[in-house]
Amino acid sequence: MINEMTEIQSLMQIQQLSLRYQQKLAFQDITLSIPQNSITAIVGPSGCGKSSFLTCLNRLSDLIPGCTVSGHIQLGTLNIRNPKINTTALRRRIGMIFQKPNPFPMSIEKNITFPLKEHGIKNAQERDRIVEQVLQDVGLWSEVKDRLQANALNLSGGQKQRLCIARTLALQPEILLMDEPCSALDPIASGIVEDLIISLRQKYNYTIIIVTHNLAQAKRIADYAALFWVDGSCGRLIEFAPAEQFFNAPNHELTQAYVNGIKG
Amino acid sequence: MIVNEKQQGIDRIISLLFWFVPLLITAIFIWILGDIVRGGIGQLNWAFLTTAPIDTGRQGGIAPILVSTLLILGVCLVVSLPIGIGTAILLAEFTSNSNWFGRLVRRSLDVLAGVPSIVFGLFGNAFFSKTLGLGFSILSGGLTLACMVLPILIRSTEAGLSAVPIEYRLSSASLGISRTSTLWHLLLPAATPGLLVGLVLGIGRAIAETAALIFTSGYVDRMPTSLLDSGRSLSIHIFDLSMNVTGGDANAYGSALVLILILLLINAIAAWLASKYNRSL
Ligand SMILES: Nc1ncnc2c1ncn2[C@@H]1O[C@H](COP(=O)(O)OP(=O)(O)OP(=O)(O)O)[C@@H](O)[C@H]1O
Ligand SMILES: [Mg+2]
Repeated sequence: MINEMTEIQSLMQIQQLSLRYQQKLAFQDITLSIPQNSITAIVGPSGCGKSSFLTCLNRLSDLIPGCTVSGHIQLGTLNIRNPKINTTALRRRIGMIFQKPNPFPMSIEKNITFPLKEHGIKNAQERDRIVEQVLQDVGLWSEVKDRLQANALNLSGGQKQRLCIARTLALQPEILLMDEPCSALDPIASGIVEDLIISLRQKYNYTIIIVTHNLAQAKRIADYAALFWVDGSCGRLIEFAPAEQFFNAPNHELTQAYVNGIKG
Repeated sequence: MIVNEKQQGIDRIISLLFWFVPLLITAIFIWILGDIVRGGIGQLNWAFLTTAPIDTGRQGGIAPILVSTLLILGVCLVVSLPIGIGTAILLAEFTSNSNWFGRLVRRSLDVLAGVPSIVFGLFGNAFFSKTLGLGFSILSGGLTLACMVLPILIRSTEAGLSAVPIEYRLSSASLGISRTSTLWHLLLPAATPGLLVGLVLGIGRAIAETAALIFTSGYVDRMPTSLLDSGRSLSIHIFDLSMNVTGGDANAYGSALVLILILLLINAIAAWLASKYNRSL
């Protein structure tokens, strides 16, 4: 197992990452390597710092007042923690999907073209092509192709979430961060988004890091899994392993208890 | 059971009270409006709007006064809109709640919003008319009004900006969209209804103003030829006709009706803009 893990290409290396809100430590000393072209699921009880962890990876933590991060994150040759890097370009490489579907109060089409224009795609035909392409990718095209000008806020919850995924895909990121993307959706919409995540990994070899509270879902989609836990009042990484091992023969007894539904 | 019936009785009385107050307010408004329409409708015709006042306003129309009013209002808006929106952006986006500078500016604005207009008039007279040497002019008057409406404009725009959910900012940033574009394409549109409310309140306050204008734009009732000319506003004209000119009541009513129609028109435009805005989102 250990050998198998070292053979896998790792895309992002995270070393001794800690994060504080004012004085309060949210999580501490997290070291892990994100394997390339695979789905890594992060599970753990509420408040153990999963969402906070994700915000460090695309430097969204910069926007949160009083939030300080320490440690090291390397993406290829790029040191993500370097304060001087271009966060706009970084966030284009690392897309993020939030728990609550949050399309902008604009038309469906503009939700996708607005970020594209921002990233310098000036040609309108090119943008139209991308709009159709990504809406096809998320399975929304047939549902909305006749009302691209309609306000995105009138879509259903599941459609909104797929639109948010589409507008992120339009920027062709290398990595997708997903923070409980299904937990605000009903079971059917949730199933659709889950299938979409699997297809993104299969068709386009995306590297996906997904936080989920749904262990069954993690089991279905993940190639790797990490367990975060609150130790005292501060989050820690308990175990990181290939999904097979994580769910069937974990090394740590806390993982064992958690995946068997005894704890958490 | 008995307690319940008693409770129901109290509920009924309270809900009656809740109906009574708005009814009363509406009734008073309609009464005032009715009075002005009844007194003024006879005066209102094309000639009234397009001719100059004769015999200190007893006869003739209000053309120069209408022009002065619109010019004063125009100066006020041209100056206060950019400064107001700029300050609101600075306060909402670039100063945190705990920042001493932001707190100082907010507190000062709240105090300014409550200052009586006569004080603005005296300030405008001392600063714009005398110190800057603009004299009694439409420019002085418009600038003084701008100072007066700025606090309302800034605070309501700022409230609109602050009400935009943090999710928009985070998801915008996560798509690599710059702060400027986020502000321009997401935050300002979302704050526009707040801005419009502030604008309508501000214009309402400005157009009804007499005290601040007497000392700044003056009350010459000739047609202005430049912004440096003195000009009489509608509200001053009404005040003058009803207080200082015997036999001016009919034209005072006519002018008041015009003033109210302008106010209603501005309200309608704002409502139309707001609804157009919501549809085009
Ligand atoms: N903006 C913030 N300011 C201060 N403290 C925060 C902030 N956001 C999160 N926290 C705290 O940091 C800790 C970790 O929060 P985080 O949201 O990362 O947990 P989580 O694992 O995502 O929880 P959940 O599963 O409920 O989403 C919690 O104790 C939380 O109260
Ligand atoms: Mg969370």
